[in-house]
Amino acid sequence: MEKILSVRQLSKKFGQLNAVNQLSFEIETGHVYGLLGPNGSGKSTTLGMLLNVVNPSSGSFEWFNNRSSTTQALKQIGAIIESPNFYPAMTALDNLKLVAKIKEIAEPNYEEKLKLVELWDRKDEPFKNFSLGMKQRLAIASALLNNPKILILDEPTNGLDPKGIRQIRDIILKIAQLGTTILLASHLLDEVEKICTHVIVLQNGKMIYNGKVDEMKASFGFIELASNQEEELIQLLKEIPQVKEVSKTEHRYLKAILNANFPPEEMNKICFEKGIVLTHLMWKKETLEDNFLALTKSN
Amino acid sequence: MRRLLSIELFKLRFSKSAKVLSIIYFLLFFSTAIFSMIRFKFGDFEFQLAEQGIFNFPYIWHFNTYMVALIKLFLAVVIVSMVSSEYTNRTLKQNFIDGLSKREFVLSKFYTILLFALVSTVLVFIVSLVLGLIYSDYNEVNIIFSDLHYLLAYFIKLTAFFSLCMFLAILIRKSAFALGFLFLLLILESIALVSLRNELPWLSQFFPLESMANLIKEPFTRFNVVKSASTAMGTDFTRDVKTYWYEFLIPVAWTFIFVYSSLKVLKNRDL
Repeated sequence: MEKILSVRQLSKKFGQLNAVNQLSFEIETGHVYGLLGPNGSGKSTTLGMLLNVVNPSSGSFEWFNNRSSTTQALKQIGAIIESPNFYPAMTALDNLKLVAKIKEIAEPNYEEKLKLVELWDRKDEPFKNFSLGMKQRLAIASALLNNPKILILDEPTNGLDPKGIRQIRDIILKIAQLGTTILLASHLLDEVEKICTHVIVLQNGKMIYNGKVDEMKASFGFIELASNQEEELIQLLKEIPQVKEVSKTEHRYLKAILNANFPPEEMNKICFEKGIVLTHLMWKKETLEDNFLALTKSN
Repeated sequence: MRRLLSIELFKLRFSKSAKVLSIIYFLLFFSTAIFSMIRFKFGDFEFQLAEQGIFNFPYIWHFNTYMVALIKLFLAVVIVSMVSSEYTNRTLKQNFIDGLSKREFVLSKFYTILLFALVSTVLVFIVSLVLGLIYSDYNEVNIIFSDLHYLLAYFIKLTAFFSLCMFLAILIRKSAFALGFLFLLLILESIALVSLRNELPWLSQFFPLESMANLIKEPFTRFNVVKSASTAMGTDFTRDVKTYWYEFLIPVAWTFIFVYSSLKVLKNRDL
């Protein structure tokens, strides 16, 4: 695996506040990384430092094994931070032409990128006439213009309507399938869950988790059940060794949390053998959100 | 250098205020020339500025560069707005993210300043040459091309002034406040100038705006009418209006300070 970015002990202080505290992680090619954390946890500050617009207080980072300077490296990166920033009076196409000049792209393919984000028809309209969704899509086209080795997105769906969110998400998925490495900062967890393979979780500027999404969710899930013979069912569940804990959900179902692999058909079979008829049976996995909330609460 | 200049000119091409102000500037530029060609009539008394010897070589170099430099403020507004709009549109941040270094950003603005100053200088040269060829009483080549150091002074003056504008815009971010601060600086310098006149008279020439003003001193006392009037009144009006070599150096030094400080401010700031 080629290393794209390595961050070492990166910190940023704003006065007394430790916005980012001793952050270290690495990014390898081909994965989709989610940078997670509640508002104010230091995601944007971290990206700002990596993108040369915020000065780190201490620590260091290296793009592409430090083979080139940060500004040179940035030309091989596509990045969008917070809101899409372009020259309002310029058309979409002219804005991209300017980006190509800055990034020194030899043969930019404006048509391909603008078609990808469905803006080719409106390429000659000034940027200021665009809706937020279109602005955000133009930003993605601009970030992809140099066929970047890594695409960095900071809250790309912020402020968009459901249709806009879906459009952006589909575009990102499409890009990810093409094999582009992505670093996506977000506080929307289902977004990250749908797209990312790896997550880095920040809280109060500190990294509290770094690993694969699957491993973060690496529990055996739980089984939701209901029966008219509830007392007997509880009794039975407590006897099953794979069941760690039994509780009730807000919908009056029983919730059997598992500590080992235990398929639902097995559960159904045991219940039936003991003469308990189930009215509801469902095997569920905790969502990333459940894990995330548990993680941020315990820290 | 060409890449940076082309980036900046590409940005400017789409800025309406830059276009309008530049047009106003060049209109004013030519109207000052045309104004002096107008013949005024007060009853029997006919008066034409052009015939009063202001277009005589080499005096014209002094007079025109002095007069035209007065309207540099219009281009200064273009410079201020081309920097501060990068803040308001947040495109400054995006430029850096796209891989433009902070040094390149400042240089792209500075090269544009040099270009503006150069274009303006060339225009002053052409307009003065044409006016002079029409109205001047002396047309010998060695007289025409003497005193050309006023053009150099003009170029340095514009460059230094625009660099100051760029620095203020980068420092203050808002164009209105940056221009306000420019006027404040002018007032502060005048106050300091007056209050230091007796104790430390040599100090004022190091003030940024004063040093730019010293590059082209007022041409009026060299004016024939004024000269003859002062001799008639028995007073000696002749003042030292020569520009000394070190008076060229001070504004150049300021230009370096402004450009370097612009870069320092950008480097230290979190966007």
